[in-house]
Amino acid sequence: MAETLLFNALRDAIDEEMARDPYVCVMGEDVGQYGGSYKVTKDLYEKYGELRVLDTPIAENSFTGMAVGAAMTGLRPIVEGMNMGFLLLAFNQISNNMGMLRYTSGGNYTIPTVVRGPGGVGRQLGAEHSQRLEAYFHAVPGIKIVAVSTPTNAKGLMKAAIRDNNPVLFFEHVLLYNLSEDIPSGDYVCALDQAELVQEGSDVTILTYSRMRHHCLKAVEQLEAEGVSVELIDLISLKPFDMETITRSIRKTHKVLVVEECMKTGGIGAELIALITEHCFDDLDARPVRLSSQDIPTPYNGALENLTIIQPHQIVDAARQLKAGLI
Amino acid sequence: MTQEMAAETTATGSAIAAGAGSHAERLASLYPAGSLSISREEGLMLYRDMTLGRRFEDKCAEMYYRGKMFGFVHLYNGQEAVSTGVIKAMKAQHDWFCSTYRDHVHALSAGVPAREVMSELFGKATGCSKGRGGSMHLFSKEHHLLGGYAFIGEGIPVALGAAFTSRYKRDALGDAGSDSVTAAFFGDGTCNNGQFFECLNMAALWKLPILFVVENNRWAIGMDHDRATSDPQIWRKAASFGMAGEEVDGMDVLAVRAAAQRAVERARAGEGPTLLECLTYRFRGHSLADPDELRAEAEKQFWAQRDPIKQLAAHLTGQGLASADDLKAIEKEIDAEVSDCVSFALDAPEPDPSELTRYIWAED
Repeated sequence: MAETLLFNALRDAIDEEMARDPYVCVMGEDVGQYGGSYKVTKDLYEKYGELRVLDTPIAENSFTGMAVGAAMTGLRPIVEGMNMGFLLLAFNQISNNMGMLRYTSGGNYTIPTVVRGPGGVGRQLGAEHSQRLEAYFHAVPGIKIVAVSTPTNAKGLMKAAIRDNNPVLFFEHVLLYNLSEDIPSGDYVCALDQAELVQEGSDVTILTYSRMRHHCLKAVEQLEAEGVSVELIDLISLKPFDMETITRSIRKTHKVLVVEECMKTGGIGAELIALITEHCFDDLDARPVRLSSQDIPTPYNGALENLTIIQPHQIVDAARQLKAGLI
Repeated sequence: MTQEMAAETTATGSAIAAGAGSHAERLASLYPAGSLSISREEGLMLYRDMTLGRRFEDKCAEMYYRGKMFGFVHLYNGQEAVSTGVIKAMKAQHDWFCSTYRDHVHALSAGVPAREVMSELFGKATGCSKGRGGSMHLFSKEHHLLGGYAFIGEGIPVALGAAFTSRYKRDALGDAGSDSVTAAFFGDGTCNNGQFFECLNMAALWKLPILFVVENNRWAIGMDHDRATSDPQIWRKAASFGMAGEEVDGMDVLAVRAAAQRAVERARAGEGPTLLECLTYRFRGHSLADPDELRAEAEKQFWAQRDPIKQLAAHLTGQGLASADDLKAIEKEIDAEVSDCVSFALDAPEPDPSELTRYIWAED
């Protein structure tokens, strides 16, 4: 165990996997000499050289497509989106090439790629830098989507994503890079498709992911003090959902609250609640509740930005009402 | 270009039929490739490949109208000298090939069996993409066909990735034998798309072993190249990236082959990419759904007279490399191969419905 910052946990995972497999490489904007905008690839350029840690021109659709071609011919590229929002420019490559190509080719090719970078709403970064593309990409077939939330799961999931033979969209959060905790040493690998049971409880299940996990933890502290017992689950895998863990929890609590940072319309929660309704309808004692961001471009003004995304007090209110049978 | 050459160009240009268009003028004024020597064996191999491409496509049109294949089908008639000229100048199952929605003939030149291609067009389980891809999405890992890509420009980055792998294996992994070259095929319409410019830049920057092969057939569906492109001479854009660029008669398989050989040699030697603009023409509409109403008759006539297969036949017989009977024998063999692939595809099984969701994940 060693106290590690989240960005260093990611860096260690990439470093270990690059040492383990010479076909693993990194490409993207400023990943090499600069060490990555959030220092996730710091010093790897010096260690592995300019081809294995490739600084690309600012050409998102082309370098993402290049990663696909490299993966089809034997490499295992990790593509960094300097900001995940920039990868809207690579939507075609992520959807048509990464997600659909294996199927369209009738199994001729596999596309072992990781597309990673900071997503989510930061602090007054403006609308374009505050996107939650996990929702936009959710419908794309053939890709796995994970969102990390702690240094420990960041490390274990990054290693798993690199070893996976499928394309993985790997969402970090711009405000979580400096989280610090003791993380397991050695070859620590998590399962890509398993949710994390953060805390057991009996009254209400809260399903969340990424930075909202930490908002939920704040809320849980207050709820516990009020006698509301919360079972908190970090989804981790946004596609596919770990329905086994989710269902098991709902069978216990019979009440579910989804807390997400993406917008409400067409969001992660929208699909999740549809599935919960299909799988757990008879287990529910109340309608599922969804706390999502407003359906608006994220405003620059700090106060407006805070009103756009969910805050801990809203989670407390919703959980309290669920428990009290008011919803 | 010297003044003298310019004068000559104008003279030649004015000699072509009125209405044949600027593309025809460019072709007519191309500096002649000169006499290109070729062996009988090579000549017959090229003739066979081009004939296969042509007759396969004619059969596709027939099958489409008979309701055996569906969707958008884009035929390659007229452009055979490009596929054959480039792909047959490269090493099968070693070099890599990347195509577009007009991909049947590239697949055949790369060695994908006609049976597998025709089956794919029929949507059968024996197709090279197991009936999941269709006309615009032919793939064969075995034959290093990176795929047919249906959206404009998206194949170019993928091809760049294959070229990157080749260099990566050589320079990052120390595999001195890694010398594969990738050919990316695309049309004139694609050359106004950002991915084209982005990839030219990266290929030149990293000296990647890749050929950017422009099949300039002048028409992006109904958009005349001259109406879409500020400088219609695509090959000249290479200079902006510091890479080799070449303009070639895309109706002359020997000229295309010679240009491709030069480019492949540079690429294998680590000297980087080449932009090869092949002036060519499609003898049919954009797809079998295109009424083809915009192209002038005089323009079509100009290009029909330069049919690449007839030109090669004339060269082979004129040079005494083959007799008319030799060529007829090849045509007969090809006709048999094409009929065989149709029978095979007609009899082939449909994909198993229980495998509808197979091939989504790497493990399945």
